[in-house]
Amino acid sequence: MMNGVDNEKRRFLIKAASAAGAVGAGFLAVPFVSSMQPSAKAEALGAPVEVDIEKLEPGQRIVVLWRGKPVWVLRRTPEALASLVELDSVLLDPRSDNSEQPSTSKNESRSIKPEIFVAIGICTHLGCSPVYRPDIAPADLGSDWKGGFFCPCHGSKFDFAGRVYKGVPAPVNLVIPPYYFASETRIVVGLDGEKA
Amino acid sequence: MSDKAGSFREWLDERLPVTKFLEDQLLKYYAPKNFNFLYFFGSLALLVLVNQIVTGIVLAMHYKPAAELAFDSVEYIMRDVDWGWLLRYLHSTGASLFFVVIYMHMFRALFYGSFKKPRELLWLFGMVIFVLLMAEAFMGYLLPWGQMSYWGAQVIISLFGAIPVIGEDLATWIKGDFVIADATLNRFFAFHVIAVPLAILGLVVLHLAALRTTGSNNPDGIEIKKNRDLMGIPKDGIPFHPYYTVKDLYVAGLFITIFAWIVFYSPEMGGLFLEHPNFDPADSMRTPEHIQPVWYFTPFYSILRAIPSKLGGVMAMAASIVVLFLLPWLDRCPVKSIRYRSPLFKIALTAFVISFLGLGVLGTKPVTETYTLMARFFSVIYFSFFLLLPIFSSVEITKPVPERLTEPVIPLSKREGFQWRLIEEGIRALQDSPQVERVKDAISKVRGKITGR
Repeated sequence: MMNGVDNEKRRFLIKAASAAGAVGAGFLAVPFVSSMQPSAKAEALGAPVEVDIEKLEPGQRIVVLWRGKPVWVLRRTPEALASLVELDSVLLDPRSDNSEQPSTSKNESRSIKPEIFVAIGICTHLGCSPVYRPDIAPADLGSDWKGGFFCPCHGSKFDFAGRVYKGVPAPVNLVIPPYYFASETRIVVGLDGEKA
Repeated sequence: MSDKAGSFREWLDERLPVTKFLEDQLLKYYAPKNFNFLYFFGSLALLVLVNQIVTGIVLAMHYKPAAELAFDSVEYIMRDVDWGWLLRYLHSTGASLFFVVIYMHMFRALFYGSFKKPRELLWLFGMVIFVLLMAEAFMGYLLPWGQMSYWGAQVIISLFGAIPVIGEDLATWIKGDFVIADATLNRFFAFHVIAVPLAILGLVVLHLAALRTTGSNNPDGIEIKKNRDLMGIPKDGIPFHPYYTVKDLYVAGLFITIFAWIVFYSPEMGGLFLEHPNFDPADSMRTPEHIQPVWYFTPFYSILRAIPSKLGGVMAMAASIVVLFLLPWLDRCPVKSIRYRSPLFKIALTAFVISFLGLGVLGTKPVTETYTLMARFFSVIYFSFFLLLPIFSSVEITKPVPERLTEPVIPLSKREGFQWRLIEEGIRALQDSPQVERVKDAISKVRGKITGR
């Protein structure tokens, strides 16, 4: 203690005041950070989409927009379905154990009905939209290519069930959105049948 | 100076240290006398920064940061705004040339060891500016809302999704939506025109303040402050003004000439500065066949693509930038300049530069097996440079460093090594050839016409 000044006490008060100020600043940061979250309006835009598949030819794929993302609907040919069985050894997650899909689509063909394949067309690597490449053994993809989807951005490969190949950057299979068959020819993407 | 101006200056100096500041920064700031052309890029960077700010302000007056309007507003600037095309091309060309200048500036630091003690902070401030500049360029590239803008941003923001646990939420928070959308564009505009430029300006001030504290390095990598005359002025120093201001202005003239040529004749640079797919409006349903970032990001992008794992690729890419921050502590050789370092370092630096350029070229190519293998090879060299540097730089056999500064560029005849002898022979053979004689004749004729003699 010098000249009746308690330095210890002063230092304590400075620390206490600084700590209280820091906590206050932390609370003040919350609105700034939270304001950057998706707004209520953005969250509301998740309405299900209905797709008519009556005119979908075998081997043909259509793309619809759901929640701002491209969703593919593909009618697979018998050859495409047959190729799925042979590929297990070259796939990273052939049984889709680590991948995202509704329970109704966790099977060999990753779909409710084997010939109709529905998936979110966004690569699980860095979000590009893979290209539909049904051609067998083209020059650029090599002679082992059995058809499927190829991501032009970073070279990830997926088979006709959206299952990712080994040795490419994408870590998991393509995501299957919730969907159900409203009738023989109509699919609703965004809801599964039970909740509807 | 007239009396009026003199008394105004007096009045001013009593209230603000204008004269003192200018004297300290220009007239009494002594820079090494042997700066060569590698030393122009700092002031050129400042020049481009001013260009970006001035053109950016005007562009922001016409641009609309909304998903529905952005693409059209850029076309509106190009077609309907008076001189809008020029302002936009000045801005877009400036972005690319900014990176040319900064990469040269950074290479200079590697070449002459400018990042070493006592300039570690100077280097760190510079690195932060570099990272901010990348953020600035990336966010600016989303604004035209073309296909490449959209999918480029999609890829880069998805990088954050690779971070374990918090990744996906972080990516959503950055986007402000579940996909790249209006919210993303709007906030990128805010960052691009306010937040990041402010931060860059602040760091430029710190960078310059640190430079003024330590003084510039030089091609010999020795401290000129060690040799002072009786007045305390470094013997090998010359006042920044007028010597280097004049020299810098001259180079600025050359640089602006090149700049103008690009703006008027090749603003897209064959798809390198402004990529072709970006002339299509953003379409969230369709990724362009071949997506790539702008050329200045391609070296890092190649490293990302070279690793066949999502998290691994992102970590490698981040590491490729982080290692640059650590450079002052990785290089343990006390000799700064490459002039006096071992052949080992010269080979390592050459390999590093080649791998950086190689990765850059590969990043513009589509994915094939050969290119992926090459990218992996170059990535290994890139990282080996930094990993091996602490080992070989501590046992390096260096040449003796001079006491005083030498030439800005060592003349050919003084250089050691057979490759220089070879070049010397080549030049001699060229000078003796009849073609060169003819060119000389032609030049002297034109000269005669100009001078009228």
